[in-house]
Amino acid sequence: MSSYSAMQERKGKGVLYKFISYIPLLLLTVIIVIPVGWAFTASIKENAEFYGSPWALPKGVYLQNFADSWLKANMGDYMLNSVLVTAMSIALLLAIALPAAYVLARYRFRGNVLWNTMFMAGLFINVNYIVVPIFLMLNEGDKLSRTFFGQPILLNNMVVLALVYAAMALPFTIYLLAGYFKSLSKEYEEAAAVDGAGHFRTMIQVIMPMARPAIITIILFNFLSFWNEYIISMTLLTKPEFKTLPVGLMNLMAAQKSAVEYGQLYAGLVIVMLPTLLIYILVQKKLTQGMTMGGLKG
Amino acid sequence: MPSTSGRSRFIFFCLAPAVVLFVVFLFIPSIDVFRMSLYKWGGYTDTKTFVGLNNFSKLFQSEKFYQVFQNSILLIVVVTIITFALALLFAALLSRGKLKGTNGYRVVFYIPNILSVVVISAIFSAIYDPSNGLLNSILQLFRVIDEPVLWLGDQKIVIYSLAGAMIWQAVGYYMVMYMASMANIPESLYESANLEGASPAHQFFTITIPLIWTNIRTTLTFFIISTINMSFLFVTAMTSGGPDGATEVFLSYMYKEAYTNSSYGYGMAIGVVVFLFSFALAGILNAVTKRDHLEY
Repeated sequence: MSSYSAMQERKGKGVLYKFISYIPLLLLTVIIVIPVGWAFTASIKENAEFYGSPWALPKGVYLQNFADSWLKANMGDYMLNSVLVTAMSIALLLAIALPAAYVLARYRFRGNVLWNTMFMAGLFINVNYIVVPIFLMLNEGDKLSRTFFGQPILLNNMVVLALVYAAMALPFTIYLLAGYFKSLSKEYEEAAAVDGAGHFRTMIQVIMPMARPAIITIILFNFLSFWNEYIISMTLLTKPEFKTLPVGLMNLMAAQKSAVEYGQLYAGLVIVMLPTLLIYILVQKKLTQGMTMGGLKG
Repeated sequence: MPSTSGRSRFIFFCLAPAVVLFVVFLFIPSIDVFRMSLYKWGGYTDTKTFVGLNNFSKLFQSEKFYQVFQNSILLIVVVTIITFALALLFAALLSRGKLKGTNGYRVVFYIPNILSVVVISAIFSAIYDPSNGLLNSILQLFRVIDEPVLWLGDQKIVIYSLAGAMIWQAVGYYMVMYMASMANIPESLYESANLEGASPAHQFFTITIPLIWTNIRTTLTFFIISTINMSFLFVTAMTSGGPDGATEVFLSYMYKEAYTNSSYGYGMAIGVVVFLFSFALAGILNAVTKRDHLEY
């Protein structure tokens, strides 16, 4: 009898625990969803609506904000810049990191340990510390290029920015890919060698297709970090026509303080975050799994 | 069998681009930070004068740097403690609570992590707006406050407002990390604890925490490094260090001195101090939190 009532009691407690557990979960959900959702509703409000209660729902769907943001505030041009820089960075990163990670993981050669250690040490280099030295280095380079070519070519150059982005992501990408390549069986290369495939063909046709899951994870992570990045971008691309989306958004924020154009600002905000949100919704499982797959990333 | 010279050529061409990129954009600039901190080099002049540790002694005598130091430490402590506690709590609820919709919550909680810090800063500027911000209007509705609070305008409050945005951004990330390591704890441990009648809270402190301790220690280092970095991003987009330096943090101060004011040598000295400081702090925390490794 007593054990029965103890069980009942525990069951009752369990229900209570469950009920209490939902309170913080729902609270945090609200705290995260409301601000993001609010930005979406704000993006379709007319400017006059911003002087009323911030909690009021939009009176209509005022899409002119998006047109203004896209054209007047140049977010359309910045979008193109962002797409170009992000795509170039990812392409460069993969083209450079994949072969390097492959030979580092699967070939024994002189310098192997040295370079493995170097790239590992690179994991601890943080871009915020070195962005000014990079700027100065490119600035010095531009002084040379002015004397030789008559114009600066390194600063305000999206290809250079893409190279810098690729370099920043290189240590972690190599670390992740090399870990993946190491886990593959040696027999693949042996079989390819028996078939007469050279080193290059073995890498491209045998190993790379097997690395697809790791490659997809890398594309996802770096898409997010390149797309959202603004410190390097605002330091290396100083001319207005080269701004990337987050830098453009920051300008809109600053402009909003004087000429109050709330609608444009929030439309611009939605333009910046929509691509990342869409991709996240499509692949959220891969992303949170990938985060724990490569160990940790700051 | 392909020839040996073909093999070394292959290795060379695979490795060379990565090495060049690494050396040019990571290695040399990193060395430059240390080297330049020993020079007086300012403005757009080309004159670099070696001044030894002069930049450092100037830095330690500057009152501004003490303000920056205080702000940064405050953020590191506040953001780390609150984010850590919340992330652990939510990870435990979602891994152990046997609740419905666990995956849905995880997906939602991770959203702030995929947004650009500029986007988050813009959203929080709207939340913190004194006259028609979301926060003040709720608080006034429930009569918690009578006068609007200047969340970003009051020197005493602004740093906590900043911390709020940073915590909002970080909780989901660390939660996912803790969930991953909690998933490795064998269910049998909890089953036997249940038989002995241990409450979920008791189980959390006696089973969950000890068994993910290694992971917790790793994340503590992460908290230090990422708070130093993220506070720079947030400050740049949200407050520009103001009002009156109340939110100036390590790296925003460095960037301002080195890039905006073009005092390259002095700026890099700040970078060196911050780097060494974060290294030392991580080392101390690592030593303090050392426990005997538990097996399960």
